[in-house]
Amino acid sequence: MITAFLLRSLDRKIIVAIAVLLALAVFVPASNLLLPEDSPLHVPTYLVALFGKYLTYALLALALDLVWGYCGILSLGHGAFFALGGYAMGMYLMRQIGPRGVYGDAILPDFMVFLNWKELPWFWYGFDQFWFAALMVVVVPGLLAFVFGWFAFRSRVNGVYLSIITQAMTYALLLAFFRNDMGFGGNNGLTDFKDILGFNIQAGGTRAALFAASAIMLALSLLVASGIVRSKFGKVLVGIRDAESRVRFLGFRVEHMKLFTFVVSAMMAGIAGALYVPQVGIINPGEFAPANSIEVVIWTAVGGRATLIGPIIGAVLVNGGKTIFTGLFPEFWLFALGALFVAVTLFLPKGIVGTISGYIASRREYRKAASAKPVPIDAEPQAAE
Amino acid sequence: MFYRLIFAAFRIFFVCLSLALSLLATKAFAADDLKAMVNALGTASFAQAEELVNNLGKSGDPNVVPALEALSEGDLFVRKSDGQVFLTKRAGSKLELIDPLTGASAGEEAKSALSKVKVNNSLRRAIRAAIGGLTLMSPDRTVRLQAAQSILKAPSADSLEAVETALAAEQDAEIKGVLESARAVALLSSDRSLDDKKAAIEVIKERGGRDSISILMTAANSADEALRPDIDAAITSIENSLVFADAAQNVWYGLSLGSVLLLAAIGLAITFGVMGIINMAHGEMVMLGAYSTFVVQNIIRTSYPELFDWSLAIALPVAILVTGAVGLVIERGVIRFLYGRPLETLLATWGISLILQQAVRTIFGPTNQEVGNPSWMSGAFELGGLTITWNRMWIIVFSLSVFFALLFLLKRSAFGLQMRAVTQNRRMASSMGIRTPWVDAFTFALGSSIAGMAGVALSQIDNVSPNLGQSYIIDSFMVVVFGGVGNLWGTLVGAFTLGIVNKFLEPYAGAVLGKILVLVLIILFIQKRPRGLFALKGRAVEA
Amino acid sequence: MNEKKPKSLLYLDGVSVSFDGFRALNSLSFVVEPGELRAIIGPNGAGKTTMMDIITGKTRPDEGEVFFNGDIDLTKKDEADIAQLGIGRKFQKPTVFESHTVWDNLELALNRKRGVFATLFYTMTAEDKARIEEILETIRLTHRKDELAAYLSHGQKQWLEIGMLLAQEPKLLLVDEPVAGMTDAETAETAMLLKEIAKSRSVVVVEHDMGFIRDLGVKVTCLAEGSVLAEGSIDFVSSDPKVIENYLGR
Repeated sequence: MITAFLLRSLDRKIIVAIAVLLALAVFVPASNLLLPEDSPLHVPTYLVALFGKYLTYALLALALDLVWGYCGILSLGHGAFFALGGYAMGMYLMRQIGPRGVYGDAILPDFMVFLNWKELPWFWYGFDQFWFAALMVVVVPGLLAFVFGWFAFRSRVNGVYLSIITQAMTYALLLAFFRNDMGFGGNNGLTDFKDILGFNIQAGGTRAALFAASAIMLALSLLVASGIVRSKFGKVLVGIRDAESRVRFLGFRVEHMKLFTFVVSAMMAGIAGALYVPQVGIINPGEFAPANSIEVVIWTAVGGRATLIGPIIGAVLVNGGKTIFTGLFPEFWLFALGALFVAVTLFLPKGIVGTISGYIASRREYRKAASAKPVPIDAEPQAAE
Repeated sequence: MFYRLIFAAFRIFFVCLSLALSLLATKAFAADDLKAMVNALGTASFAQAEELVNNLGKSGDPNVVPALEALSEGDLFVRKSDGQVFLTKRAGSKLELIDPLTGASAGEEAKSALSKVKVNNSLRRAIRAAIGGLTLMSPDRTVRLQAAQSILKAPSADSLEAVETALAAEQDAEIKGVLESARAVALLSSDRSLDDKKAAIEVIKERGGRDSISILMTAANSADEALRPDIDAAITSIENSLVFADAAQNVWYGLSLGSVLLLAAIGLAITFGVMGIINMAHGEMVMLGAYSTFVVQNIIRTSYPELFDWSLAIALPVAILVTGAVGLVIERGVIRFLYGRPLETLLATWGISLILQQAVRTIFGPTNQEVGNPSWMSGAFELGGLTITWNRMWIIVFSLSVFFALLFLLKRSAFGLQMRAVTQNRRMASSMGIRTPWVDAFTFALGSSIAGMAGVALSQIDNVSPNLGQSYIIDSFMVVVFGGVGNLWGTLVGAFTLGIVNKFLEPYAGAVLGKILVLVLIILFIQKRPRGLFALKGRAVEA
Repeated sequence: MNEKKPKSLLYLDGVSVSFDGFRALNSLSFVVEPGELRAIIGPNGAGKTTMMDIITGKTRPDEGEVFFNGDIDLTKKDEADIAQLGIGRKFQKPTVFESHTVWDNLELALNRKRGVFATLFYTMTAEDKARIEEILETIRLTHRKDELAAYLSHGQKQWLEIGMLLAQEPKLLLVDEPVAGMTDAETAETAMLLKEIAKSRSVVVVEHDMGFIRDLGVKVTCLAEGSVLAEGSIDFVSSDPKVIENYLGR
């Protein structure tokens, strides 16, 4: 059953993408660690860290594509799941600091000592174990998505309403995490990490390993996501996106379908956050900012939604652009990003990958020229009654 | 009118007459005594000086106040040659001498010929009580009121007699009220009888307010055991009445916040509620409105300072034009290509909001800009124990006027009719000869101008910075969604409900947690009623 | 009326529903027997679509009872439950999954387990394949099975939707204006298709096209202002003065 599921997930594009990711996971760290610095093929450590970060963004965009592209749920709060995963990992990293913090307290992280706390809050228990933190990375975002989605989908909150309340959700979390008495380091968040699984987090080897882990995780998630969308379940999802009431009247439990997808997607976002935090060395409430979540939407839109590969490409392209732009003309980045939002929605609604594959498909169709029927120009799916 | 004038003239005449008489009376018997007493200060010991100050206070002559004040400040000097006491003023290397009672100049003298009259803290206390007593008798109403209030703030048994004297003479009801409270407060720390004190507690209880509680608390520390139950009872009773006052205060703050939310949300109710456009750049329209105010004020400040009180009235049409024009451009340039695709509209307008923010940041800089309050917007007034600031008051008035003006426009004008027609059935409207694209464009421009108007108002109470809009956008969406889309009344009720709920939660949960709670409540509420408080029901909505 | 309940497939009694003061259904009572093909006519706003909304669980009645298959209370169930019980519905506007192929549309409609994990790990069996091919034949779309539904003509979409309902294997089919916008030839074919379908299940058809209803030649119910105005053969109903007044016009 599972094998059938996985086999089905492999079409040519996905195979290529996974192969590329796995090759990156091997060659980039190898070139960084093994080749001498003056070799033209050497990848410098800062680039490894930078692209490692992009890969976690790509995973976040992939997660969003699953709910937005295939199920029509435009979540403006996916940054929240990302940040929660990040905080779970951050809490593990904080506890790994041990007595090496500024105040030298073996149990309490620095900020708690600073706030005069006497003992560890209950929700910090267990985070000294990696397996527990790794579990929480998926459980916490998954649980939030479950509770939120259970309420929202059951009462059929749809479309823009859903988008707005997901935004409110991440905004509420933003405000909450800013508070010192929440016990997550308030304004400053969690930082000054020392090591992960016993390895120095700053070391080149650790960075290379984190890069590889990000690439492999992205490949795995791509496999799972592809399996989901190519199954009958995935077809139901697209049905929900295009004609929700038709799906209901066919006897499917739309709310269960949406909930499952939302939770899976939130878990992926959580994993992305967990991989992101050790690579950038900090997690703070800013990650919950509604603006961040909307930016994820634009990565997905640029690459092409409902294509799985597109969001990955979009995330890397937009963030690469951001890095270059903010380096060269910092004050123009927001103009560029704003223009990108407008341009993509107006001129490239299917995104890069969607437009290209649409072009290829229409060429093939044209060559076939089998059916004499004219192809309707507007293939926009119509909403159900 | 005429009679009133005559009446007023008579009143002035009588007041002057009685004043002159009273002054004459004190002058007649005490002018020389006073002079002697003030001169005696020059050589007296501290104990004697205190006695003298008390006597001066009892004289009831306000003319001794400058001398007493100077003594307290260490500005009173005695001439070594004849023991005469003077106030002094610097005049070159010498000091100008001023008669302590009449204020007339009395020549100059070298510093070495004078010596300072010494003062210590216990003497200062006596001086304060004496001045308090004296100013209580001042002919000037405001001086008396201030004196009474300062005694009330720093009560002491010493001032009790002065207060009682003043009370007997006082005619003005307001001052009398303050004096009565002051007497009661002073009495508590005096050595009067228990019954008097019980009566005093009663008076303080009647007065109410938070400071009465603290007065009673301090009194409880030093008071007789027998008084405890009375004091405790009084405190509880005041606290109970304070609960109502607090509730009223919260309602007021809530209304104030609600009016701000209403202003920010009305425009959104038009674009989102009527046209179904998710305009994420709405907050930036508010910001542009605020910046228009800033620019207008700047021009006025530099070129026509006398017009400053009119700056908001001038800024309002400017803001409407600026934001309306920007809205028109956005609708024609972007949004019209995206009708029927609400999620894409959301993304595109978000992009526009980023561009507008950055543009303003580039032009005006990232820091807060100074926008002043015209005189009629600053200050506050009291209403039944509530302090109501004028700017909040005007914003409530303004938001309601905008609301009703808009309601009128939609329901009664030809444009409103066309707008509603297009919303309900675009094709039919267009075949009736309505230019639907222009109706769309102007509706959007209207929504944007209302945001601009909100910006003018918000510039008065919030920081004018490029991020101004960001802080309102989520709240205003919440208002519209909560109130029910497509229903202006829903927006009104939604805004004020959210404002008041927010302010009622704040004292218990703190500002941030209160806000979080409200967000969570709205999220839960939307689950229950996905289409808001005042939703339209039926088949048509879902089609 | 109560003794009718056990026999009848669908049983509505005294159903009323209002939207913001507007009474869409006014104490409507209506019975469909197993295997019956029934046509419903009535002016706009008579409550035809609202009635279907009630039966399929989209709208809850303010009062009245709705029973299916004797004793299943439909007012307590939602759309998915009701669909799984065996009530299929065709919308007024053809509603198919435009970004799926014709084949996928039918695959989704097939009456199989519809849970999350059942669909996630579903693999097509030879039996399912045969069933889909059979339906494709019935709705005359075999030659276009691999095309996106978006590219079908209006009439073909209508048929695809009917085909999806067939795949659902319902006991009762509710069909809302199946021939709106069809050519005469298509209309005649659709009438044949529906009669074919009605051989093995009950069908309720809402239609304005009197010629089409005459073709069907079945019992007709005329609704007006939310309740039943007349019921009987087409000739009987169309000669009823109240029906002429309210619907057909003089």
